[in-house]
Amino acid sequence: MNDVLTPTDASQDVAKVPLKPYGKVLAVTSGKGGVGKTFVSANLAAALAKRGNRVLVLDADLGLANLDVVLNLFPKITLHDVFTGKARLEDAILPAPGGFSVLLAGSGMVEYSRLTPEVRNEFLRVINGLIPHYDVVLLDTGAGISDVVLFAVSLASEVLMVATPEPTSLTDAYATIKVLVGQQQRQTIRVIVNQVTRQGSGQAITHQLQQVLNRFVATDPEHPVHLVHTGDIPVDPEVRQAVMRRQLLMQNTPGCPAGQAIAQLAGKLEKIVIPKPA
Amino acid sequence: MASLTASSLINPHDLQLDDACALLQHDAKNGLQESGESPTDYLQRLIDGLCELSLKDPLTGLGNRRHFHAALERSIETVARSGESVLLLLLDIDHFKSINDTHGHLAGDQVLRVIAGCLASCVRPMDIVARYGGEEFAVIMPNCRPLFGQAVAERIRKSIASLTIPIAPMQNIQATVSIGGAYAPEWVRSTADLWIERADSQLYRAKSDGRNLVKLDQPRELSVSAEEKGLLFSHLIMDEMTPTGNMGIPPHGAPGLPTKRVIA
Ligand SMILES: Nc1ncnc2c1ncn2[C@@H]1O[C@H](COP(=O)(O)OP(=O)(O)OP(=O)(O)O)[C@@H](O)[C@H]1O
Ligand SMILES: [Mg+2]
Repeated sequence: MNDVLTPTDASQDVAKVPLKPYGKVLAVTSGKGGVGKTFVSANLAAALAKRGNRVLVLDADLGLANLDVVLNLFPKITLHDVFTGKARLEDAILPAPGGFSVLLAGSGMVEYSRLTPEVRNEFLRVINGLIPHYDVVLLDTGAGISDVVLFAVSLASEVLMVATPEPTSLTDAYATIKVLVGQQQRQTIRVIVNQVTRQGSGQAITHQLQQVLNRFVATDPEHPVHLVHTGDIPVDPEVRQAVMRRQLLMQNTPGCPAGQAIAQLAGKLEKIVIPKPA
Repeated sequence: MASLTASSLINPHDLQLDDACALLQHDAKNGLQESGESPTDYLQRLIDGLCELSLKDPLTGLGNRRHFHAALERSIETVARSGESVLLLLLDIDHFKSINDTHGHLAGDQVLRVIAGCLASCVRPMDIVARYGGEEFAVIMPNCRPLFGQAVAERIRKSIASLTIPIAPMQNIQATVSIGGAYAPEWVRSTADLWIERADSQLYRAKSDGRNLVKLDQPRELSVSAEEKGLLFSHLIMDEMTPTGNMGIPPHGAPGLPTKRVIA
């Protein structure tokens, strides 16, 4: 990975970088926090890696994602060092236990939680540096709709909205979807319902979100917004177990119900994101 | 400007420039060739003058809708690139129809002209002021932080409300405006239409809350109405009632949307 951009060549004119979403970048986001974004990001990455893809997960929550905790990693060099010019991008990329790469933000990143021109430029530089080297880049974003989250999401070609069946999570997911539709003209948002207790409820929840959206959010009739139900992940005690042991579910108990659901999701997303060789 | 090489061969007197000249003369600009002015310079001056005219509202002298849209598109680009904070204000004269009905259209035109002048004097030279529609104006304010935008919008509202507008000898009237505003979403590329729509819905609020008011869109306010929540959760209730969990049935009886937009 020697041709990854380094801070010294600074990708001078970031303004020239197109602001269109990057084909292989997936944003994992949610309205409410704590619904399982980081759990999904890390395990989805492992499942995609297992299928032979080069995958990187980026802590786009700028240090609050707790990816380090989930993956049991203690990085010496982080995104913070890249942002501040203390390290090169390739030195901050770590191998994660599940066979994929991670870029962890480091605790100092909290000061970057506002989207200043510097943060934006650094973000773009990092993404542009990563793109050539991976098949899929997953952005584990923060909860809600801060400007950093919105910006990270605007770089992604696919948005995976993680929600749980609880009213608070649904309300916040809906509010976030409204913002994404209104401000970014997202026409497709993928819904992943986590911690479902009965089969089929994710489908129904997505349908319901779509109904409310159709009724209350005026959209261009020629470009209607589609919420695509992309996966259900059942409540599974193994998830908690894995978190407690600080191990990846996909390594520990890939055959458990949640693990199977994530494997299935990975298969689906692979078809969507990774172009088949002609 | 490759065409200018050929223009030295053109004799302005051979062209049908009467209409163009008349348009410029009407706008108090010299449309005739000045002595010593080369044909190229003259044609250039004529074209520049016509371009300027095509962007101007004849009644008020402000930018017209075309000018406004071009400026708005440019602002969207700037915002997406630089993250600069840009505010769009839409202003609508309150009860304009009744001014026209009571005092006549000439009085109405006078009100438009005086308010336009006042509006232009309330903002910075870098701001763009346009007549957006009949009695509707628009202001685009680049580099405008939230508190500043609120202050300027209030200043505009108060200044206009305090005007005495002479519409006939010994006859003055007063008028007020309602103002709605929205900031372009920073860093994120949006569309002009969506931006206008957001400002417009604030204008609607200003009107329905009593007029002569300023309402600015609070950026990214997480607002989900009770109606939306009701529809969102209706399936959860159904879920509890149907143990088989057949939740594919869309719920019914949710309230419809209120009709948008009031005039005047
Ligand atoms: N399918 C599941 N079954 C059981 N527990 C789950 C499941 N998914 C997530 N959890 C629990 O929820 C907790 C929170 O998940 P996670 O940290 O991934 O959420 P998050 O959305 O990333 O949170 P934040 O918004 O704080 O970043 C996990 O530690 C786990 O215990
Ligand atoms: Mg997280």
